[in-house]
Amino acid sequence: MKARIKFTKAGSMRFIGHLDVMRYFQKAMRRAEINVSYSQGFSPHQLMSFTSPLGIGLSSDAEYLDITLEETDTPQVMADRINAVMNDEIRVKGFTYLKDSAKPSMAALVACDYIIAVKPGKSSPLEEAAFTKEKACKFMLQDKIEVLKKTKKSEKLIDIKQGIYNMACSLKDFEEMVSGKLTENVELCLDKECKAVLCCRLASGSVTNIKPGLVLEEFCRFAGVPYDETVYQVHRLEMYAETGGGFVPMMEYDAVQL
Amino acid sequence: MRKLALSDEILLSVEKPARYIGGEINMAVKNLADVDIRFCMCFPDVYEIGMSHLGIQIIYDMLNLRDDIYCERVYSPWTDLDKILRDKNIPLFALESQQPVKDFDFLGITLQYEMCYTNILQVLDLSGITLDAADRKEGEPFVIGGGPCAYNPEPIADFFDMFYIGEGETVYYELMDRYKEWKASGKGRKEFLKIAAKLPGIYVPQFYQPVYNKDGTLAEFKPLVPEAPAKVVKQVECSLSETYYPEKPLVPYIKVTQDRVVLEIQRGCIRGCRFCQAGMLYRPIRPRSLSFLKQRAKEMLKSTGHEEITLSSLSSSDYKDLKELVYWLIDEFKDQGINISLPSLRIDEFALDVMSKVQDVRKSSLTFAPEAGTQRLRNVINKGLTEDDILNGAMEAFKGGWNRVKLYFMLGLPGETYNDIEGIAVLSDQIARQYYTIPKEERNGRVNIVTSTSIFVPKPFTPFQWSPMDTKEQARQKRDFLLSKVREQLNAKSIKYNCHDADVSELEGVFARGDRKLCNVIRQAYESGCIYDAWTEYFQPDKWEQAFKDNNADMEFYLRRERAEDELFPWDFIDIGVTKKFLLDEYNNSQAETVTPNCRRQCSGCGAAKFQCGVCVENRDATVPLDLGN
Repeated sequence: MKARIKFTKAGSMRFIGHLDVMRYFQKAMRRAEINVSYSQGFSPHQLMSFTSPLGIGLSSDAEYLDITLEETDTPQVMADRINAVMNDEIRVKGFTYLKDSAKPSMAALVACDYIIAVKPGKSSPLEEAAFTKEKACKFMLQDKIEVLKKTKKSEKLIDIKQGIYNMACSLKDFEEMVSGKLTENVELCLDKECKAVLCCRLASGSVTNIKPGLVLEEFCRFAGVPYDETVYQVHRLEMYAETGGGFVPMMEYDAVQL
Repeated sequence: MRKLALSDEILLSVEKPARYIGGEINMAVKNLADVDIRFCMCFPDVYEIGMSHLGIQIIYDMLNLRDDIYCERVYSPWTDLDKILRDKNIPLFALESQQPVKDFDFLGITLQYEMCYTNILQVLDLSGITLDAADRKEGEPFVIGGGPCAYNPEPIADFFDMFYIGEGETVYYELMDRYKEWKASGKGRKEFLKIAAKLPGIYVPQFYQPVYNKDGTLAEFKPLVPEAPAKVVKQVECSLSETYYPEKPLVPYIKVTQDRVVLEIQRGCIRGCRFCQAGMLYRPIRPRSLSFLKQRAKEMLKSTGHEEITLSSLSSSDYKDLKELVYWLIDEFKDQGINISLPSLRIDEFALDVMSKVQDVRKSSLTFAPEAGTQRLRNVINKGLTEDDILNGAMEAFKGGWNRVKLYFMLGLPGETYNDIEGIAVLSDQIARQYYTIPKEERNGRVNIVTSTSIFVPKPFTPFQWSPMDTKEQARQKRDFLLSKVREQLNAKSIKYNCHDADVSELEGVFARGDRKLCNVIRQAYESGCIYDAWTEYFQPDKWEQAFKDNNADMEFYLRRERAEDELFPWDFIDIGVTKKFLLDEYNNSQAETVTPNCRRQCSGCGAAKFQCGVCVENRDATVPLDLGN
């Protein structure tokens, strides 16, 4: 049976890289004695895949992994069993079973929401809400937003405008803008001392993938604010797949009741 | 949310920040207000190496079993963080509480190899602890060393308040109890050192005075206070099945060298290879019971979630219940996708059967450690592995589908001739020839032989402690000679030859049998920028050379002398059970090319029987073959 797990990543776990998070979950599944399906062969591995790697230093309220299981129980029991063997900074926040035909979430991913916040002890002109709001509006009214993308071999100008779906300077504005409650009944695992200054929904996945850091850097340039990446905490809020009706949180996509 | 010692900025600017955040699964968490003693355990090398060490996990678990002790950990910061800590004046901190090491009661440093000595000074210095133990002030931690290099602690004696000679399971609790009493008494630092010196196995270097002869050798090693015993006796844990062994080992986030459950099946070795220090230090061999090992294996796999378990010992084939244990592990865990890794197995029918069950034959290789190229030299070093063992074992394996062989040898063994070195090439070739006797249609492609040589370093408490070590030039000549001989072989194209760096081995040789005069050399090398000497890319031989020169220390004195039979060695104040007389007899036996039987077949009276346990109290079996082992 295929299943999807939603988890948070915060605090010191921000410094654990993507591959190590995979290893962490493989070991956690064993500790929880969850009967996971394995690949065949001499060195079998758990059938597990992650939706989208989170860069080192970022925190998140919505990371996803897909897994194939040999056993089932209620989603709550499964989540509790896993949480019982986890640390405090990577927690399972949701568990759902998936249709047999479900495609891997990494292939379904189309967008992510991010909060960009000023870290405790740091300051930024973006904390001035009126200023940031005005700049954000103007930023989004541009016909194109060209940034220099550096690869190992070359540098080229790319237009990221089409990949920035929404941008707001507070969570409340952002929720209105995307007409959805993102934080209802949810305590964000973003460090409470961080002050949110920007929220945005960015294209993600295999077709277009816009990194929040790139958007922030360009926004700072646009707003005439010096860009210092050490000032900001980038926090992932949600991941989406697309249906005919628009974006749906990854947890709901291809999900089935047991 | 855990408060970290380092800012986000620093953590994001260094390689592998997970080295410094702690918080691993199974980490001990305690309230500092509830504990009386804070003990920081240190492995003076990078996190990935230190986290792979079983000894620390055992002591960490043991100390944390007590509510009044909080044992935490620290490793050497990598060179990138080292620089930042110095530039920004950030004190080195322990991983658990993320608080400065200098606030602890104890800093315990494990001494696993000589090349970590400058890293010890790095850890002390970054912690803000006075380097010289004698100059340490009230309130600074007591720095305690242990592990194999503590069996000749003299080159680093100045930097330690005390050394723990022997196995950690035995005296630590008592030391901690005495510490609490002393702390409550309000007495000075020296008083505690005197109390510690009276405990069995504890050596307090500042209470001893080495006196030297004109030629630089040791004339006398004088205890300076009545509390300091003339001989410090190694402590041995006799009941390994009823002692501390972690049920919940730490699980690091990043991949470390030993990313698996480690099951120590026995301690000690019956073989008596004359070059091997561990074989003498850890006598007598003491197995753990099958039921203990099964229980721990289950518990540790469950509590860690590791996907691999490995057996640890100096010679696994000598564990009597090995078959039962290994087949049980396979039956119990193979279906759960758990790998079983078996180092140091003698290649026989059983080993091949097990290997074919737990490994991919096409990808795995056979390992032999003949150590020397000819039977004559193997007799000199008492390595009971014969050419027949190797060729038959290899042949059986080839028939089973293996085609990769790794061979380990040493260059520079006492009594070695160029004929013995050529023997390495010849033996490698013979194994290849053996492979090609199999009909072509049954072979699995080409044979692939990797022959490696390391440079022999004479170690204290071995029969070769009297022997000179080869010069770098000799080592180079031998290596070049061997390479030319390998190239002359019929199957030269199937043999790959690797060799070990001679510069690092020289320094290792100096420290292994060094004396207290070397403390200043090590300090100067550290102060001039040497750390991570075990890492080739950071090793700075010119700075070491200068440090020896400036301190009038002569490497040749430590390396090249054939020591007199009656020379007093800097480590002679330590009693490991095995007597100096036995070692000397063995030295003479080596020169006579006489083999000494292993402990299970016959007792040779080495002296370890004084501990009254393990093989020393077993019945001997004259039917145990002489030539077992790998």
